[in-house]
Order: sequence, then structure tokens, then C-alpha cells
Amino acid sequence: MSSGDRADDLEAAYELIAHALDEIGPARERLFLAKLVLALVHETGDLARVEAAIAMARRRLG
Amino acid sequence: MPEPAKSSLYFDYPHFPFVTPPELRGEAVRHGVAIVGGGPVGLACALELARFGVASVVIEDDDTVADGSRAVCVARRSMDILQQLGPGGGVAERFADKGLPWTGGRSFYRDQVVFELDMPHGPDERHGPMLNLQQCYMELYLAEAAAASGLVDIRWQSRVSAVAQDGAGATLTVDTPDGAYELIADYVVAADGARSAMRQLMGLRLNGTSYEGTYLIADIKMASTHPIERRAWFDPPSNPGSTVLMHKQPDDIWRVDYQILDDQDAEAEMREDRIRERIQTQLDMVGETVAWELDWYSLYKAHCLCLDDYRHGRVFFVGDAAHLVPIFGVRGLNSGFADANNLGWKLAWAVQGKGDDALLDSYSAERRAATLEIFRQAGKSTRFMTPPSRGYALMREAALELALDHDWPRPLIDPRQSAPYDYADSTLNSPGDDFAAGPAPGAPLANARQGQLGNRATFLLDHLGPDCTLLHFAGADPVPAETLAACLVDGPPCRALVVAATAQDMTGMTVLADATGKLAATYGAEPGTTYLARPDGHVAARWRQLDATQVRAALARLTGRSP
Repeated sequence: MSSGDRADDLEAAYELIAHALDEIGPARERLFLAKLVLALVHETGDLARVEAAIAMARRRLG
Repeated sequence: MPEPAKSSLYFDYPHFPFVTPPELRGEAVRHGVAIVGGGPVGLACALELARFGVASVVIEDDDTVADGSRAVCVARRSMDILQQLGPGGGVAERFADKGLPWTGGRSFYRDQVVFELDMPHGPDERHGPMLNLQQCYMELYLAEAAAASGLVDIRWQSRVSAVAQDGAGATLTVDTPDGAYELIADYVVAADGARSAMRQLMGLRLNGTSYEGTYLIADIKMASTHPIERRAWFDPPSNPGSTVLMHKQPDDIWRVDYQILDDQDAEAEMREDRIRERIQTQLDMVGETVAWELDWYSLYKAHCLCLDDYRHGRVFFVGDAAHLVPIFGVRGLNSGFADANNLGWKLAWAVQGKGDDALLDSYSAERRAATLEIFRQAGKSTRFMTPPSRGYALMREAALELALDHDWPRPLIDPRQSAPYDYADSTLNSPGDDFAAGPAPGAPLANARQGQLGNRATFLLDHLGPDCTLLHFAGADPVPAETLAACLVDGPPCRALVVAATAQDMTGMTVLADATGKLAATYGAEPGTTYLARPDGHVAARWRQLDATQVRAALARLTGRSP
């Protein structure tokens, strides 16, 4: 996969998630995001990458 | 001292009278082992000792057995242990005759199935994976077996109020309706439960984690025809936000456990009308329409707490006195039976001069390791059954939602039912060979099917005695009688048990037929394969070929004496 494809995929995923969050609404968005993360963990199947991603996401959030 | 007389819709509580002990008649008596607490674990300890011919005295402050179903679930390994108890046996049979066996269950999210539990079982196993039996029956059967053994002196209505020990022995001060006396013993087993007086008298503290979630556990009498299975509901319509469990027990008694939420007033939730209301909504949800009565209830909180050491000089802590483990996965009493099984032979050998003091230390090392593994497993179950924080609650909801449509999240919902612990790192294990199948050093022997006696199937543990067992697979080869005899010279008590193509009469050993080859397959055995099992049925070592020098070294290690 070229770096251009990766950037395209990232943009597409960004928009898909934004759309889904808007459709689901604030009351259920926490649950949606938790389900999404678990589904991605299942697809990744790699604890080390999940741990790195958790560290990345936690940064500046305390 | 006794509480007001217990009553129940299904169980007649026996009354055990106080009998004046010899000490109060001015006789000088010394006991090998005194057991404080006549609950299921204390009585199992007494029967373990009786198995080796060692007498004990049991000090119990009540005048009857425990009220309510309490522990309920007896796991397969516990049935293997109970099968071996006492000089006369028969305890496992009584449990099995009365109890209700079960092999699986379902977990629901709201009202949809998200997990199906199916525990391995079949005709090649002596006992089923799980048996439901109220604790009052368990204690009654154990107390009756103890009395019948002639080796157990149960002293009802007696309470220990002080304990002292030195290099020569331990002294318990025992309060009774006829006054106090001093009881002297070589060793003391503290089996006096979650609120152990022995622990308090000795100034010992439990360490670990306590969980906030509270459950109300209740027994109801209801003539339901629903099959025997474990059912768990997460966030059910009957009790939104709560977790509910239902188990069937003998005598049309059903156990209903439900979580009391943090924002609910615990005092109001303990009122009987409120308990009835919450149980009724649950029964309405599952479609039960028959009348029911409330028999017993109690509150429960999950803990992962244990003593730092289960041995303090001459005092050994067992069961809830040593460790409090969460209810989920049914490890409480099952781990207590495993404690009794582990301590019994070591204490018996110490009393009989067959084992060294270091052997007694191995009790704490092995059972503490088992407790920590339980904490690891049951801690996970507890955090799923009763999420302790917002984060855990959200992740559980996400997992349950996904499990409605997918298989992959379902392992998160697995109730992780009690499994036997392997003492893989025990100092009592000896080096041997690698095997593709069968129990590794530290693991319990598999109670596999061996043969047939009349119309009854027989299993390996039916042939095991109270000694160590040298299990040799001869196959079609001649039985190496001389080498087997050489293995057993000068060592601790050990009996050779040979598995051969045909049963034979041989002096000093038992030779069993393995007609179907199932036993050899279970143990990954070829002709020459030899397992050494401890008196508690755990494997100490295994080899591809029989070598008397190696067997004798492994047996010597089991005495705890330095080589």
C-alpha cells in the first residue's frame, strides 16, 4: 500500500466515523466508540499495537 | 454459642448436643490434630486425616449445620477428593445421590442469549463437571461420615477463645456450656470460616482487594420443571442494570442471586417484601407461573483477600479462614476442599513421623499459589459480573452488544468455572520426561474409566489407596515386579498400581486391566510409562521408563527431607 493510499484510507475512515457519530447521537456515542474499539482490537489481534494505540490516544488526556 | 434454632422449608436441622469432653472430667489428653471449625472444610480435613488413620478433634461453636444453600456448586475435582475421603468412603456417593448434576448453561444480555456454557462430560469420567447441593446437606453428610469413622471427635457448642503455641505444641482455650478448658494438640487447623476467630486471636490480617458490588442471594421453594442449568442475566428487563443468576437445587429449591446497585438503598433492599418483589419480577420474566416461598437469604460481597502465609508455626489456615474468593466461578468451597486435600496427607505424615517439617511448609506454598490463580480468574469474572467502575461498565456493555451478533467477544462472558490447580512449580515435583498427553507434574490424576465391575464402570481413583501411588503402564510387556519392589524400599508409604493388558494376581501390588486402552490413552502412556502420584492424587513425576533410582529420589523428595 502506498503512503497516498494510506492517507486516503485514513481520510475515508475519519469521515465514516464522524458520520456514524452524528447519526448515533450523543446518548449512545460512548457505547458506539467502545464497540468500535473492541471490533478493531479483534481485527488487529495484536496486544502490543493496541497498547501503543492506547498510549497514543491517552496523551494529553491525563 | 448457638443461634436461635434454624428452620427451613426443606431441611430438618439436626441438633447436636454438647458432650462433656475428657478434659473437663480432669483427664490429661493430648491430641494429634485439633480442627477449629466444623464447616465443610474443617470436616473434610478431619476425614482426610481419618483416611490415613489419624484421629482429630473438631471444635464447633454451633449445635447444627450451616443454614441455607451457601456454596451450592461442587466441581468435578471436589467430587474426586470427596470420593477418597475417610476410611470408609461413601461421601461422594451421598453427594451424588442427593445433588443435581449439570453440565452447562446460558448467559443472557437483556433477554437474548449471548453465551452458551458446555462443560466437557461423558461416560468416561467418574464424576460430572458440576453438582448442585445445598451446603446444609454437604455438612450433614460430612458430619455423619466423620462420626462413623470413629476417628473424629466433633465437639459441638464449643468455642475457642485463646490460642498459644510453642515448639512442643499448641494450647487452645475452649469455652463450653459447662465452662472452659484447655485443649492440647500437636497441630491446629483453623477452618473457622470467613470471620475466623483464630485469625483474630492470632492477630493476622487478610490482604488483597475487596469489590464494592453487593449481591442478595436467596433460596426459594418452587416446583419448576425448568431443566438444570446455570443461567445468568446481564441487565435483564426484570432488574435493569443488575446481574441475576439462577441455579436449581434438590428439593425444588432454587437459588436466585441478584446484584444490588450502588444507587439502591441496601437497607430497604433487605426488606422481605422488597426481596419478594424483585424475585417475582425475575420469575415473571422467565415465565415461571407456579407459587413459590422464600426460604433463606443473605448478602454477599466479592473479595480477593488472603493471608500472606497459610502456616503459622503449628497452626494451618484452610478454606475461608485463609482466603476469601469471589462467588463467581464457584471457587470458594471447591478451593477449601482442595486445601483439605493438600494439607491432609502432609499433616498425617507429620503426626506419624513419615514427613519432615518442610513438607508442612509446602502446604502454604502450593495453596497460596492456587489462591493467587483464583484471584486472577475470579477477579476477571467479578469485574465482568459487577463492573467496578464506569470504564468497566462501558466495556462490558460494548462486549455484550457485540456478542449478540458475533462469536469472538463471547470468551469475555465465559463464567470461568472452577478448574483444578496444577502445582506446576511445587518443590515436591521431580524431573522426568515430556509427554504429549496426561497430567503433568503438579496436576491431579485424571479419574479416567478403567474397566467394568458387574454392571458398574470402574475408574482409576476407585483403585487408589491413601498412600502414594506408583502407576506403571506395562501394556503387553511382563510386569516388572522386581524393579517395582525396588522402587518402594525404605521410602514413604507407596503402593504400586500396574495397568496391564490383563488383570493379574501379584503379591504387593494391584494389576488392573485396561481392556479398552482408554486409561493408557488418557495418560499418554506406552509400555514402561510410570507416574508417581502423591497421596492427594497430584502427580509428583512421570517417566517414559521405570527406573528405581529416579522413583526413590522422587519419593524421598515427597517427605520434605533434604536429600
